[in-house]
Amino acid sequence: MSQQAETLDVERIREEFPILEREFDGTQLVYLDNAATTQTPEPVVETITDYYRNYNANVHRGIHQLSQEASIAYEEAHDRVAEFIGADGREEVIFTKNTTESMNLVAYAWGLNELGPGDEVVLTEMEHHASLVTWQQIAKRTGAECKYIPITDEGRLDMEAAKELVTDDTEMVSVVHVSNTLGTINPVSELADIAHDHDAYITVDAAQSVPNRPVDVTEIDADFLAFSGHKMAGPTGIGVLYGKQHILEEMEPYLYGGDMILKVTFEDSKWNELPWKYEAGTPIICQGIALAAACDYLDDIGMERIERHEAELAAYAYERLTEEDDVEVYGPPADDRGGLVAFNLEGVHAHDLSSILNDSAVAIRAGDHCTQPLHDVLGTAASARASFYIYNTKDEIDRLVEAVHDARQLFA
Amino acid sequence: MGIGSDMYRQQILDHYKNPRNYGELEDADIEHVGENPMCGDTIKMFVRLDDDEETIEYVSFVGDGCAISQASASMLSNELQGRSLEAVRGMDRDDIIDMLGVELSPMRIKCAVLAEKVAQDGIKIHDGELDVEETTTE
Ligand SMILES: Cc1ncc(COP(=O)(O)O)c(C=O)c1O
Repeated sequence: MSQQAETLDVERIREEFPILEREFDGTQLVYLDNAATTQTPEPVVETITDYYRNYNANVHRGIHQLSQEASIAYEEAHDRVAEFIGADGREEVIFTKNTTESMNLVAYAWGLNELGPGDEVVLTEMEHHASLVTWQQIAKRTGAECKYIPITDEGRLDMEAAKELVTDDTEMVSVVHVSNTLGTINPVSELADIAHDHDAYITVDAAQSVPNRPVDVTEIDADFLAFSGHKMAGPTGIGVLYGKQHILEEMEPYLYGGDMILKVTFEDSKWNELPWKYEAGTPIICQGIALAAACDYLDDIGMERIERHEAELAAYAYERLTEEDDVEVYGPPADDRGGLVAFNLEGVHAHDLSSILNDSAVAIRAGDHCTQPLHDVLGTAASARASFYIYNTKDEIDRLVEAVHDARQLFA
Repeated sequence: MGIGSDMYRQQILDHYKNPRNYGELEDADIEHVGENPMCGDTIKMFVRLDDDEETIEYVSFVGDGCAISQASASMLSNELQGRSLEAVRGMDRDDIIDMLGVELSPMRIKCAVLAEKVAQDGIKIHDGELDVEETTTE
């Protein structure tokens, strides 16, 4: 592959995202809140319109043509997502509302039935509330205990501690793949080996990894893996839970109702086959089909290229920000992080910083990023976070840094 | 410039950098702390009453957080000196927005009104209408 082909044609990509042309008071938007939600490219928007214009119908139920078309597209969307993450087939791909619901599905359907007093769930200090709160509460209900793998000063997982914490009492290891606050890329396949050595399952929160790097569930050997469509150029309202087929077959459903059953009598019911057993009621049809379109869109660009592009932007942002003496940047060094940088400007609260950046039409996130316990470890209540995607440029990072200078001046 | 810059008028920055009536009060009649856990803003207000038990003689505060929350506490501490408890009970959001004199984006209003909420809940505790254990959350 030539050098040229290895980099993204950002200019061409940007043409697919008209929202990036928006201006506020004559200043063009710089959208750096991609870890929260990415923008949606035209081909995905067109998929959504095409669905509603041409074949909107309920799935699995109708004999009529529209329902058949919608059903086939919806079912095939599962195949497409399975292929995207290296799963064996649609049986292993459950459509949910988002990562949070995927986590809850594992916790309720598996955790509530399998955990009990004496059992342990091993998490990390950098878990998002989506998994931290979920396992914490399921543990409370079942009498199990949560343990947290600590982070090192550099913001990586302490793997020696991990090996100590995972024991034969551990039933589940639930870890975030790429931290949405530190940008740390965690060694999830090594953690999977550790979990499996103790006959525990591993759940991977891949909300910040599936969108921007090649992720292969088989290579990781994940038992469960969760992510959200709206962070990967897809629409809101659609998430995915990957699960190994044999585990999903053994597990009890999480939601009951229509579509998830095969046969119902007044006395009992028999569950539908995978993955429909876990998709009760009318599913998220259009968004599911649009997620498959997002997978096509990202694969056309190339996941490895996206990964390199993000790493480059993150390294550049890290370097630019650490040049500033009064800026504290969290997480691992420039050459080893996912596409986001969380930081604080001394003397300026992250919310004030974000308000001032907003004046320059620079959109970042400020707050605890749903990692309150991690912020306790970092010793700050809040941080500012710039996060990148396929359409971002170094020029935009320069605008971020300029706006940080403005904030410093205003508060000096 | 948009709303944000307007939000940081000189007066607000001044109160943030040089908070008025800052510090704990040993002989406070009313004392209450509140926080906004999402932002990490915390404000503790101290109120000393006149002999009539109804007029505020002095207010101080300590706190930590964004410029809007802390400037609001500082300005409010000035405003409340000499006021009656009845007047404070009757205050609302608009009073704070008027006091700050800036346009606030919806997400930032909760930062602005934390101090007022702490003062009002402090009075409720004093009146026996609220459990002391309850912290104010905006
Ligand atoms: C690491 C991580 N996990 C989980 C989530 C939750 O995703 P969602 O809000 O789509 O459920 C997010 C994003 O907010 C995240 O960054």
